[in-house]
Amino acid sequence: MTVITVDGVTRRFGDVVALDDVSLDVGPGELVGLLGPNGAGKSTLLSLVSGQRRPDRGTVRLLGGDPRDAASRIGLGVTPQETGLPPTLRVGEVVDFVGGHFPAPVPTGELLDRFGLTEMARKQTGALSGGQKRRLAVALSLVGNPRVILLDEPTTGLDVGARQALWDAIRAYHADGGTVLLTSHYLEEVQALAERVVVIDHGVVRADDSLGAILRRVALRRVVLTCADDLSAWPGVARAEAVAPTAGADGGTRQSLFTPDADALVRDLVRADVDFRDLEIRGASLEEAFAEMVDADVPARLEGATR
Amino acid sequence: MTTANPASATPRVVSPLRLAWLHLKFQFLETVRIPMAVIGNAVFPALAMVFFVVPQDSVAGNPQFATMAVAGLAMFAVCSASLFTYGLGVAEDRALPFDPFVRSLPAGPGPRMVARVGNGAIFTLVGLLPLIAVAWLFTSAAVTATQLAAGVGMILLASVPFVLLGMAVGYSLTAKAALPVVQVVLFPLAFAGGLFLPPMMFPAWLDTLSQLTPTRAARDLLVQALTGAPANPWAWPVLVGWTAVFAALAAWAYRRDEGRRFR
Repeated sequence: MTVITVDGVTRRFGDVVALDDVSLDVGPGELVGLLGPNGAGKSTLLSLVSGQRRPDRGTVRLLGGDPRDAASRIGLGVTPQETGLPPTLRVGEVVDFVGGHFPAPVPTGELLDRFGLTEMARKQTGALSGGQKRRLAVALSLVGNPRVILLDEPTTGLDVGARQALWDAIRAYHADGGTVLLTSHYLEEVQALAERVVVIDHGVVRADDSLGAILRRVALRRVVLTCADDLSAWPGVARAEAVAPTAGADGGTRQSLFTPDADALVRDLVRADVDFRDLEIRGASLEEAFAEMVDADVPARLEGATR
Repeated sequence: MTTANPASATPRVVSPLRLAWLHLKFQFLETVRIPMAVIGNAVFPALAMVFFVVPQDSVAGNPQFATMAVAGLAMFAVCSASLFTYGLGVAEDRALPFDPFVRSLPAGPGPRMVARVGNGAIFTLVGLLPLIAVAWLFTSAAVTATQLAAGVGMILLASVPFVLLGMAVGYSLTAKAALPVVQVVLFPLAFAGGLFLPPMMFPAWLDTLSQLTPTRAARDLLVQALTGAPANPWAWPVLVGWTAVFAALAAWAYRRDEGRRFR
């Protein structure tokens, strides 16, 4: 039985199409990363799976039931947004409150201990640091012993140590057989956790593949240089685009070359004595990675220096 | 994680009664942690009594009139607390990011609504204590213990339609829109219902109109409970009718609400 089934789902907000005919199945024990820029429709998708909204078209099933029925949500764990904890309630009280909704919750003391929040139990949530709030939010998703958890940007704004600790907690849950669907706009986070990656943009699923396959598609470096020749057809260049549409006064064109191996490309260019200048090398940003995925559907690379 | 055990999970929702109790407990905690809200709610009706009733000897000195004045102000306190707490409070809660989270927990809307009503009732009673104290100390208002108990029971019953109306407003409007709507609804209803001026002073046409309002029905029934003066026989049907209408509105507003947050 699939844990989450999304079938042909469309959801609009007024004129904005947040999700456009999206289908997605998540099986038991999977750890799926939902990757996309802000406003891509990730959170809308999660709100449909958690029964907060209903789709305009298509069906959503959670653990075999309609997520809008309370009974279907017994096996579901969700994180509140960090800013959304009731500020006057104490940490222990919030855990008691959320845990009280489930037939077999994790004892509050045990959960707080696992997330290093024992000393904070008597503090009001408004007094917690950003990292502590995040930890509490993830802890709350696990209090009901869920079979599946939805994590919306679980570590946004955290420092490295705090992020690692949360990642460990998520991995431990998954290692015990739990199913995870997490969203992020950090490639790094999805890379650290997910086995399967779904890329979503403008309400459409752009890619759905194993982490390795996705990384091979997006792990490009960007080599920017000025050269009189058009280098887009050079061996090792996956894709190219012109930075400035026309040649400069001296005849050189500023161009971006996307390549899996920037070092090899530059060595080749130097060995072939290509006359370039103002060399820059950067990692492809996530937006560029998305552009790469979209363009992957277009046969062959972009033609020449014009788009 | 030590106990993610997919095989043993059986879908069994926690009983609605326990959920309602859980929500009541935490709503109560959230409310009392902001003492000003509690104090303001408790002080206003007593102050109105001190300023508007106590100085008027003709009212304060007459047990019948004084008791009616207390009934009117008590009813106003209940209406105002219900409409503001639920109309504005619910609209504000919906704008908070914790609200969609709570909606994703395995519980239907029932327990949360019941808890809101219960929490409202608790603070209504707390708010009435100073009013009763002022009336007892400074006016000739007089009730027997039985009448007082009947009055408290009646006022809790009579608060239900106003709580439901508040929820209907709160679940259909944003906080900014809810505030003026609550004010526009509350004051005409309170005036037409005879909560400020006794309806004996109304012209005949206004009195007829007044009989159709939920506030008047509630006030008459409360006066009946406190003084034994018989209420209009239509008071119960009017109050129950409005309760049904407001309940339907509140349920409809809750169902179509998906939280105010966009995505």
